Amino acid sequence: MPTPSFRRVLLLSAVLAAPAAFSGCSTTSAVRVQPWERGELADATMDPNRDPLGTAMIEHVYTSREAAQGGTGVGGAGCGCN
Amino acid sequence: MWRPPSGAFRAAARALLLLAVPLGAAAQLAPGDAFPPLPAAVAGTAGKVVLVDFWASWCAPCKASFPAYGRLDHDFRAAGLVIVGVGVDEDPVAYESFVKRWAPGFFVYRDADHSLVRRVRIPTMPTSYLIDRRGRVRYVHPGYRGAETEAALRREIETLLTEKAS
Repeated sequence: MPTPSFRRVLLLSAVLAAPAAFSGCSTTSAVRVQPWERGELADATMDPNRDPLGTAMIEHVYTSREAAQGGTGVGGAGCGCN
Repeated sequence: MWRPPSGAFRAAARALLLLAVPLGAAAQLAPGDAFPPLPAAVAGTAGKVVLVDFWASWCAPCKASFPAYGRLDHDFRAAGLVIVGVGVDEDPVAYESFVKRWAPGFFVYRDADHSLVRRVRIPTMPTSYLIDRRGRVRYVHPGYRGAETEAALRREIETLLTEKAS
């Protein structure tokens, strides 16, 4: 069974590691791709949709048939502008 | 036998956990903050109302915003407005091609090393900052939403132009 002092060291380690672990959850974290760094993401080749017109037609048919708007995201690549 | 951590230890642990999320976060410029100095190439801004717009050639709303900034420049330049378009393109060719195509009447330059945009920490692309005659940020406009943004900027510019430098 771990000694009380060992438990205390473990707890202290966990507490000290927490900021490093949870700082990644922050939307303003330094690891986030900043808005001005998204030139590559905005490139058309980053858009997995290779046939926008065809996709739009399929979605139109889907919407008409199902009477529901599909949760298919937004147009464009990964610029994240506006 | 194991004893629960002391009150002080628990308080320290709680403080560290609370610090976890904002750790690494840097503050964005907000109204009231002094705007970082613009490069020496940007002349004639002293004592003027300055509109600094961060844009990029790969940003669709930025393209849409250029004609609007051209109109604002045309309408308010004589009254003391200076518009500075800060391009954040990493690719100089894309930047040059964009400037050549849109031929803005206002001043533009490329923040090649991102030194300015890193200090300002814009929240999205594009973002424009209205700076009063004393160099303080007065309005921040994240994004560009066509006529709505242009009308808002127009109102704010008119207000700032009526203010004196001192």
